[in-house]
Amino acid sequence: MTEPVLNTSPKTWDEVKTTTCYMCACRCGIKVYLKDGTVKYIEGNRDHPVNKGVICGKGASGIMQHYSPARLSKPLIRVGERGSGEFREIEWEEALRTATLWLSEVRNSDPKKLAFFTGRDQSQGLTGWWATQFGTPNYAAHGGFCSVNMAAAGLYTFGGSFWEFGEPDWKHTKYFLLFGVAEDHASNPIKTGLGKLKARGAKVVSINPIRTGYSAIADEWIGIRPGTDGLFVGALIHELLSAQKIDGDYLQRYTNAPWLVIENPGGADDGLFARTAQGSALVLDHHSGTPMPALSPDALPRLMGRFKLPDGRRVVTSFQLIAERFLSPDWAPEAVTARCGVPAATIRRIAAELAEVAFSQQVELDIPWTDHLGRFHEKTVGRPVSMHAMRGISAHANGFQTCRTLHLLQIILGTIDVPGGFRYKPPFPKPAPPGVKPAGKPGQVKPNTPLPGPPLGFVTSPDDLLIDADGHPQRIDKAYSWDAPLAAHGMMHMVITNAAKKDPYGIDVLFMYMVNMSWNSAMNVPDTLKYLTQKDPATGDYTIPRIIYSDAYASEMVHYADLILPDTTYLERWDCISLLDRPISEADGPADSIRQPVVEPDRDVRPFQEVLLDLGARLGLPGMTRTDGSPRYPGGYADYIVNHERAPGLGPLAGFRGSNGKAQGRGAPNPEQLQHYIDNGCHWFYELPDHMKYYRHVNWAYLDWATFFGFVGKPDPIIHQLYCEPLQKFRLAAAGHGKVVPPEAHRARIRDHFDPIPFWYPPFEGQMVSEAEYPMHAVTQRPMAMYHSWGSQNAWLRQILGRNWLYMARERAGELGIADGDWVTVTSHHGMIKAQAKLMDGVNPDTAWTWNAIGKRAGAWGLSPDAPEAKKGFLLNHLISELLPEREGGYRYSNSDPVTGQAAWYDLRVRIEKAAGQEPVSAPQFATLKKLKRAK
Amino acid sequence: MHPAYSVILFTTASGAGYGLLALLGLVGFNHGQASSVAFALVSVVIALMLITVGLLSSTFHLGHPERAWRALSQWRSSWLSREGVAALATYVPALLFAAVWSGLVDAPNWIGPLGLITATLCALTVFTTGMIYRSLRTIRAWHQPLTVPVYLVFALATGATLITAIATLFGRFQPFQVILGVTALLLAMLLKFLYWRAVDAMPPAFTMNDATGLGRIGDVSQWEVPHTSENYIQKEMGYAVARKHAARLRKLVFLLLAAAILLMLLALLAPVVSLVAVIAALSAAVVERWLFFAEARHVVTLFYGGRPV
Amino acid sequence: MTSLPPPASKKLGLVIDLDTCVGCQACVTSCKEWNTQGYSAPLSDYDPYGSDPDGVWLNRVHGYEVREQGQDQTRIVHFPRSCLHCETPACVTVCPTGASYKRAEDGIVLVNPDTCIGCKLCSWACPYGAREYDLAQGVMKKCTLCVDRIYNENLEPEDRQPACVKACPTGARHFGDLGDPASPVSQLVAERGGYDLLPEMGYRPVNKYLPPRARRDATNTSNTELPKPDGSAFDRLFAWADRLLSAKAGASKPDLTDYSGKLEG
Ligand SMILES: Nc1nc2c(c(=O)[nH]1)N[C@H]1C(S)=C(S)[C@@H](COP(=O)(O)OP(=O)(O)OC[C@H]3O[C@@H](n4cnc5c(=O)[nH]c(N)nc54)[C@H](O)[C@@H]3O)O[C@H]1N2
Ligand SMILES: Nc1nc2c(c(=O)[nH]1)N[C@H]1C(S)=C(S)[C@@H](COP(=O)(O)OP(=O)(O)OC[C@H]3O[C@@H](n4cnc5c(=O)[nH]c(N)nc54)[C@H](O)[C@@H]3O)O[C@H]1N2
Ligand code: SF4
Ligand code: SF4
Ligand code: SF4
Ligand code: SF4
Ligand code: SF4
Ligand SMILES: [Mo]
Repeated sequence: MTEPVLNTSPKTWDEVKTTTCYMCACRCGIKVYLKDGTVKYIEGNRDHPVNKGVICGKGASGIMQHYSPARLSKPLIRVGERGSGEFREIEWEEALRTATLWLSEVRNSDPKKLAFFTGRDQSQGLTGWWATQFGTPNYAAHGGFCSVNMAAAGLYTFGGSFWEFGEPDWKHTKYFLLFGVAEDHASNPIKTGLGKLKARGAKVVSINPIRTGYSAIADEWIGIRPGTDGLFVGALIHELLSAQKIDGDYLQRYTNAPWLVIENPGGADDGLFARTAQGSALVLDHHSGTPMPALSPDALPRLMGRFKLPDGRRVVTSFQLIAERFLSPDWAPEAVTARCGVPAATIRRIAAELAEVAFSQQVELDIPWTDHLGRFHEKTVGRPVSMHAMRGISAHANGFQTCRTLHLLQIILGTIDVPGGFRYKPPFPKPAPPGVKPAGKPGQVKPNTPLPGPPLGFVTSPDDLLIDADGHPQRIDKAYSWDAPLAAHGMMHMVITNAAKKDPYGIDVLFMYMVNMSWNSAMNVPDTLKYLTQKDPATGDYTIPRIIYSDAYASEMVHYADLILPDTTYLERWDCISLLDRPISEADGPADSIRQPVVEPDRDVRPFQEVLLDLGARLGLPGMTRTDGSPRYPGGYADYIVNHERAPGLGPLAGFRGSNGKAQGRGAPNPEQLQHYIDNGCHWFYELPDHMKYYRHVNWAYLDWATFFGFVGKPDPIIHQLYCEPLQKFRLAAAGHGKVVPPEAHRARIRDHFDPIPFWYPPFEGQMVSEAEYPMHAVTQRPMAMYHSWGSQNAWLRQILGRNWLYMARERAGELGIADGDWVTVTSHHGMIKAQAKLMDGVNPDTAWTWNAIGKRAGAWGLSPDAPEAKKGFLLNHLISELLPEREGGYRYSNSDPVTGQAAWYDLRVRIEKAAGQEPVSAPQFATLKKLKRAK
Repeated sequence: MHPAYSVILFTTASGAGYGLLALLGLVGFNHGQASSVAFALVSVVIALMLITVGLLSSTFHLGHPERAWRALSQWRSSWLSREGVAALATYVPALLFAAVWSGLVDAPNWIGPLGLITATLCALTVFTTGMIYRSLRTIRAWHQPLTVPVYLVFALATGATLITAIATLFGRFQPFQVILGVTALLLAMLLKFLYWRAVDAMPPAFTMNDATGLGRIGDVSQWEVPHTSENYIQKEMGYAVARKHAARLRKLVFLLLAAAILLMLLALLAPVVSLVAVIAALSAAVVERWLFFAEARHVVTLFYGGRPV
Repeated sequence: MTSLPPPASKKLGLVIDLDTCVGCQACVTSCKEWNTQGYSAPLSDYDPYGSDPDGVWLNRVHGYEVREQGQDQTRIVHFPRSCLHCETPACVTVCPTGASYKRAEDGIVLVNPDTCIGCKLCSWACPYGAREYDLAQGVMKKCTLCVDRIYNENLEPEDRQPACVKACPTGARHFGDLGDPASPVSQLVAERGGYDLLPEMGYRPVNKYLPPRARRDATNTSNTELPKPDGSAFDRLFAWADRLLSAKAGASKPDLTDYSGKLEG
């Protein structure tokens, strides 16, 4: 017999379109293969700056998300009680009229009674602007419960951040420390980067209580105890300072290490920088022995020392303060080892390895550049040590200071934006912190009036807080109040609780987009469900009277909304991944991209952005209407993307601007812009010339260019703020100085946590509950093949991960009498769940963990009610309280970082016991949700 | 291995059929024409029915029964194909044999050669069936010298009890039938005993360390499975029967075989008892066959955390 | 065709790097996605939204924990598993219909979906679990080495590689001719000690696995420490800061009497 004849060149598609993936927030470029208008195959786009052709497990399953039976198909209005799943299908006109009615009532009376919160939103450029136009300060996206600690610590320190604001120099780094990352937003780039490091033989060290995924392939795993990274990193700093293995030049030139801090205990200027009349900080010049402005080209600033200024003030360099702190025996490896669980010898060895790579293996690139003071550098020199960190650091109540400690380590090694180090992704670096201040102070929120500025920004002193004269929060989530002064991303996790308790006030409409707030993104799910359905005895109406929600799928949250605006899937709409939002830039240059509709919706759904613009026009929001009252963007979101201008020549997309499409960054709107993007594979990438690729915080040419592009307001150098003066201003306020001072009850908390020099304190939950009663830590990890709650509706992904387990260390389980496969109860100070245990070795013995967001509520997501996700899956969220236990005085702070308001998901402390009954069902089980009508 | 009922039914029924048919062939070879047309036809039809039911049931478990004919094509390399060819080929001499042996066609000279050819083909068919399993290196319990003999002897033993029972029905019971049956049954007991002893004595050849090759760095245990529900591989290859349960069923096989022997001996006194002996022998074959599959462990289970095979 | 073709010089296959695989499942779903519309179309799913979702996949990724000799920590190794395109595989020779065959030209082992009767015997003969029966289609499915991609003239030349290889973000999967000792994959295997799975089976897999590298942690590095002279670390740091300045300022620069050490009196 002969072999069958094969057609090895079948063409199973008739068309290939490019667009941008949205199976997660990494936003890779994809090519969608279509046949007769149906999606057949999705692959990575080789030309795309983010993923360069690769794709991930989720991205390649996009087809099944797109054709999911859980897709919503028509606007719905609630007809039964909230949560009952009783809805009526309505036409879009009715939906939009209803929403307009509800929203205009609020806007006419008190715009802050609208809380507009968005989750995994990638159009914050639009949503934030919409909130500003509406006039409500109560706007934020998911950053507050996600990783604002990371963002704020970085932005206040060096004008960039981990997260997706920068990346390791994968090409040159020789030693890579990865802190608390399971997946992160740069899903594909991190994997690609790790692959490169492995191929090159660079050393990868993972600091993580759990040795899976990236940690599994790391050369060294440091199974740290959750919440104690600050100690580990501080001890590394201690070692490096002790051996003077630090980059003195870098510190002197590019950081505020030599800046002079006033020492005037008890005085109103204590701890502030000594400044010139023009506001420039002073350094002590070695040549002249006199103080000089920090940025004087000829100053040779002292790094250490205490001095008396000519005017008699006593000052000390900030580096001296840092050295005094970290050289203290409290930070010696022996002193921290017991607490963080890392052997002292390991800490010492890692410090030695860091020093060896940083100072003996430096990278020199033949790239001449000029710094902010006009100093010409013949070569670009870097210390090839890089770091990356994410929620393992930030999702703790000490995450802000821990992250600052980490940045201190990077900076003393001189590894920010240098070859082999951490590199900014444009539009970063920005001033540290960026200059935008949050709007929403008393008097700024007025009926039918836009806010004078955006609702989110960066406070630098108590004067910037959104509080009234009595110190009461102005925002529903209490962001930018004494509870969380630097809450740069808002505090979404507090919105429902606060609204239900009318603390600080009640709201009229809760408007949410793309966030599963009644389930996996809520802390304390059981009470959240209560709050969502709680009625005001006085009025008989719900305490949160109206909830408008836009989702694309039958998520748990849909059931708790009153009006549902069904969105399209990501393959059916225009989107814009803008530099005004969370960009997709590369370290080598800025990039942005679009989504184009590659298929037509087969249901009565509309893209949310288009709906938002429509509502804006109906409400008459100034930016969205013309003077004659007609909509400003009648062409919908595509119209907005092309024609909206934030400032002259600056719009949502930076590429292909100007009438000829040749302008980059700044240029007149180009009516053909979207077509240019499509022709270019739906993205735009501008590679910086070599001399602008490094040291960009102080790179003259780059800063000039960045000013033109609108990334920074002016080409000033961005000096790393090792000593964070804004924090000290809060401390001074806590000591009673200044116009705006915290009420007595908040003072100790502010004083204790707003240290301008990084430090460590135990996470609050650990401090407040008894360790004996709750001896274990419990955390979650992102599974690589699932995106939060979205993945479970996916026929492929759920086969891979259809349920989760509670993973525990084999030895510890043995001590507790728990065998592999046993059902166990997990108890926190707040609640109890039942889950099935699985034993492993690669986990810190004091830590139990599970995959995040696999547990589903029965009946949701188009799954049968007995789906394993519902019956065996579980969430840790039920155990995590959004409020800390009562403090003296009875006040319950949110379970958040005291500086930034970041939700402290990973501070959870639990007790684990073998469950009495072994029936194979997880607990709690909530009532089965009624199935919504399926899309055809 | 998953004990698929269709395969168990196929191998036991067709085994008994081939055993019976082979014996009928030998009877013809030895004695010439059958004593009555009815006896000849009924016994051959019973044999062919068992074979055909078996074959049909084996095609039912195919994904594409309508393509079953294709299975005849690869006799050069595939034991399964050879089995198919042999099975079909057997029909030809078998039908001719039935015609001449019964006397419906008068060709007494042909009875001997046709009987012998039929018997040989029957044995060959059962042999090929056994070889399908014997040749699989992935299942150590099967990949051993006793697999084929066990298949052959069970065919013979069930065939022998069958021929005794049929003869009894036609009033042609003869003690030598009992001797044949009892010998075959005893042999079945012995071979199966040796088979199990051999299986039990095999030290495991492979562990997870070997399967994954990760033994070169250390000791391997399963952490995460690639999928939440059991997949085809686990359902088909991962079937595991509890040891205790298997031990009990093994005893049952011997008990049933012993019962068949006892009943056969009793048949010397009351021939009709041989009818019950058939049931005992066939039941023994079914349980034996079920265990043959259920106890067999496939090397692929190691990838799923299975114990050494 | 169930007989194996004579050994060919071209042996296409995959090389999988267990040191780099993070277990992300990209290769798994990319494989499913390509093949459910390609040569193996469709790869059925059963009960996809129900209580026991299952389906046909040609590539699966396991996670193992390995306790290394002489180490107190275990490590996790992610382990992708698909057809190894063996040189002498019984999955081919047992097939009664000839549906299972090995291509003479490049060694790819395929199932012809038009002639397979779904007897499952080949899956029994495969030691590696590489064949999955499609219950809904009634035929056997297996990795095709993306035979409909690697030669596909409708794809750009760079894309003519298996879907799983193209997808893999860490670069843990390599595709090439393992029959050519000079090919990059062969060299990788030689360099890294690539190994066969269960060589004892005698199937002579073409695919190779690159073993996890030794870890460079405490057990594998000279336990260096930074020097720790006696005396005050602070004073040394101070002196270091001075030296730094003096070096820059040159010898003639003023003395440093205007500071007063740690604490001003
Ligand atoms: N225990 C625990 N809880 C956590 C975390 C943790 O680590 N542990 N992590 C936290 C973090 S960092 C985050 S960011 C949150 C994330 O939690 P969420 O922000 O709730 O994110 P998702 O679950 O991804 O889902 C958001 C909703 O978006 C909907 N959606 C998907 N695609 C579209 C679309 O195209 N249009 C519209 N309109 N809707 C769509 C989905 O159906 C879903 O209902 O979870 C938090 N919760
Ligand atoms: N596939 C996939 N990708 C995603 C998401 C997803 O759901 N799925 N979600 C996206 C979102 S919204 C976010 S915010 C990012 C988050 O990305 P990651 O930051 O990677 O998120 P987590 O999975 O929460 O990982 C936190 C890691 O920190 C570890 N950890 C916990 N506590 C500590 C600690 O105290 N110290 C240290 N060193 N480690 C600790 C945990 O073990 C875990 O490995 O991922 C994004 N990317
Ligand atoms: S990493 Fe995220 S954006 Fe990229 S392919 Fe995967 S799911 Fe899509
Ligand atoms: S891996 Fe299995 S299916 Fe693939 S060729 Fe080898 S034996 Fe055959
Ligand atoms: S299942 Fe198909 S390919 Fe496999 S042996 Fe049977 S006929 Fe051949
Ligand atoms: S080569 Fe093709 S068929 Fe084989 S595992 Fe990879 S993607 Fe799947
Ligand atoms: S795509 Fe690559 S890294 Fe991911 S599981 Fe497959 S082989 Fe491993
Ligand atoms: Mo997040």
